[in-house]
Amino acid sequence: MADVKKEHELIVTVSPHVRDEETTSRIMWTVNLSLLPAFFMGFYFFGLKALFITALCIISSVLSEYFFQKAVKKKLTVNDGSAFLTGLLLGMNLPSSLWSFNPFTIHVPIIGSVIAVVITKQFFGGLGYNIFNPALIGRAFLLISFPKAMTIWTEPTAAFLALDAKTTATPLGILKEDGLAKLIEVFGDKINLYAELFNGHRAGSIGETSVLALLIGAGFLLYKRYITWHIPVSFLGTVAMLAWIFGGKSPETGKMLLFAGDPLIHLLSGGLMLGAFFMATDYVTCPSVRKGQIVFGIGCGALTMLIRIKGGYPEGVMFAILLMNCFAPLIDRAMKADVFGAVKEKKK
Amino acid sequence: MALATFKGGIHPPDKKDIAKGRAIKEAKSPQRVVIPLSQHLGAPCKPIVSIGQEVKKGEVIGEPGGFVSAPVHASVSGKVIAVAEFPNAMGRMVNSIVIENDGKEEWTSLKDNPDYIKLSPDELKEKVKAAGIVGMGGAAFPTLVKLSPPKEKTIDTVIINGAECEPYLTADYRLMLEKSAEIVEGLKILMRILGVNKGLIGIENNKPDAIEAMKQAVNKSPLPPFTKGGQGGIIEVCGLEVKYPQGAEKMLISALTGREVPPRGLPMDVRVVVQNVGTALAVYEAARYGKPLIERVVTVTGEGIKNPANLMVKIGTLISDIVDECGGFKDSAGKVVSGGPMMGFALSTLDVPVTKGTSGILVIPEEGVVHADEYGPCIRCGRCIDICPMGLMPSMLSILSEKGHYEDAKEYNLFDCFECGSCAFVCPSKRPIVQLVRLAKSQTKP
Repeated sequence: MADVKKEHELIVTVSPHVRDEETTSRIMWTVNLSLLPAFFMGFYFFGLKALFITALCIISSVLSEYFFQKAVKKKLTVNDGSAFLTGLLLGMNLPSSLWSFNPFTIHVPIIGSVIAVVITKQFFGGLGYNIFNPALIGRAFLLISFPKAMTIWTEPTAAFLALDAKTTATPLGILKEDGLAKLIEVFGDKINLYAELFNGHRAGSIGETSVLALLIGAGFLLYKRYITWHIPVSFLGTVAMLAWIFGGKSPETGKMLLFAGDPLIHLLSGGLMLGAFFMATDYVTCPSVRKGQIVFGIGCGALTMLIRIKGGYPEGVMFAILLMNCFAPLIDRAMKADVFGAVKEKKK
Repeated sequence: MALATFKGGIHPPDKKDIAKGRAIKEAKSPQRVVIPLSQHLGAPCKPIVSIGQEVKKGEVIGEPGGFVSAPVHASVSGKVIAVAEFPNAMGRMVNSIVIENDGKEEWTSLKDNPDYIKLSPDELKEKVKAAGIVGMGGAAFPTLVKLSPPKEKTIDTVIINGAECEPYLTADYRLMLEKSAEIVEGLKILMRILGVNKGLIGIENNKPDAIEAMKQAVNKSPLPPFTKGGQGGIIEVCGLEVKYPQGAEKMLISALTGREVPPRGLPMDVRVVVQNVGTALAVYEAARYGKPLIERVVTVTGEGIKNPANLMVKIGTLISDIVDECGGFKDSAGKVVSGGPMMGFALSTLDVPVTKGTSGILVIPEEGVVHADEYGPCIRCGRCIDICPMGLMPSMLSILSEKGHYEDAKEYNLFDCFECGSCAFVCPSKRPIVQLVRLAKSQTKP
């Protein structure tokens, strides 16, 4: 009706018309960044092999995502950093000994990456729809398929260029097979044991050993509010509590001694720190309601200790998180946030 | 003392600096006005004028179509040239009356009654009804309905909403600075109508001068007895934490009184009535002068407008006229929003009128606009759950709606969402959560 005004092309979009700067890819790349200190320590302790294994995982993860999305004609999302993160996490969860040509095990990390990205993530609908943590499924698949290669641990050499190292057992392995006394003996004394575990100077997966470096990365994520305290605190708290209650053994009889365990050894060893801060907190596969995250963390902690104390494997973090992943949607459903006003209404 | 607030919420950049320094200015009287017969929630009005008829400023041109409705008045004097459907800011076609302005600005009779506070509650209510007052914060709910609680509901507090939590907007802020005394008078009238002796004025803490101005106005104004028992009333001005959506009715009540309105309930369920500062002013002008609601303050702002302003605009003025008056667009302009950036509507044409609920006209640069198809999957980060002021799971609502499971969305309290947009603001995947919630609501029944 009115006169024709300046023909400005107006953009019409739905409210809200302002958005926060945060993006999915910025989150993913920041998490990648926060893993760097721990990865660097893995490189430092396990040498070039650690670098090669991790790079192999990252490259095969990103390529698997790329080729899968090309093949099924989906939008390419390799830039969002999530396939890179899956590769990085998988690499950090593998022993550096996999970089070996005799016996040939170079294909193992590649298989793990394909399983992680294609089967665990893309087959379920891609980012946001997977039930299980992709890197952990990749690792679980490898542990079951290549049990021997996946459990050859090497001594940390603290030499970047080292490609050779003596094989040894992980602290949790020693604890399980030979008991606490033996573990302390290996490390000299108890204080030294704690210190070495904290620094990461011990056998284990590439990125899991240095508690110090992991805490730096985790602190950064907590500070940036990319993760919250709920899962790590409930997970670690449960492990500490159960380790103290059920983790002790009578030196004479070898039977379980209640309230005599050493929670610190359990907290500092295995993949616990990596798992609690970086894997259990994976947005997609953990509950999104904060209250539910506490339940999830307690579940992870309890299952971890069940496997560590009673199970066949020395370490249980991976299976604990994967089992709890199944329950994440149920936990969310059961613990839906409290609707504003609803509680008060009931009280009336 | 910690500032009053609610659980959840977000902190978008407030951008109020663009327009906050501009005093309210009378906008030019437009050549013609398009006055929609449905500017409020509830039944549309019935037109009572015909083409060719001369009308005076303030004359009733549309009668309420039911109890939840409000009359509309001519905002200029002149001749009715059309009664037909015209688009409104939400893009819907609405029956509207078009008046050609004769420029005489001839009023129907306005009478000053300085003793308005002595009128009985029913007489005052009649004035509010006749003036066609609706909530001026944006939702445009007829004020009379809020002032007519059923007998079994007792009201003990009237809250004046001066939170103005929408970024950019400064209309209420300017009103509180420039019309503080009138707003306090409006509050007293509301308290008298409802027989309440407690009045609260909630203002976000980023407007300390407005808080100060309102406090002074309260101190200067003597408080007559309001309640039937003859007790003296009390009015308090309360600072609120700066957080969106602090000005949402339920959030404001929770912040100021600690009472939570039950799901699907109304403020009167917790003995409270909330009115916006603009509404309070309109109530005062109606009670004192019998002036109908024919103009309102509109903030014209945003990075894309040449001369930001707070204008007193006649209802029915086309947004294109206002944009012209403010110097037009800068080259960067990309999107024009009626209302605030969080809950406003993007306009597809500028030839839509200002209505009683239009709080702002916002011109946003093209840069930074998130287009509808540029969104990713929900990564279940839980940010939206953390900040949802209603305690919902927007992530689940958006996923269920996306997949067409509208009925299941009800299990996640779909209909408790009031579409404040906080979830979409924080979403790192830029999901159109509000849109998906609206879709689900339209495909199912509560």
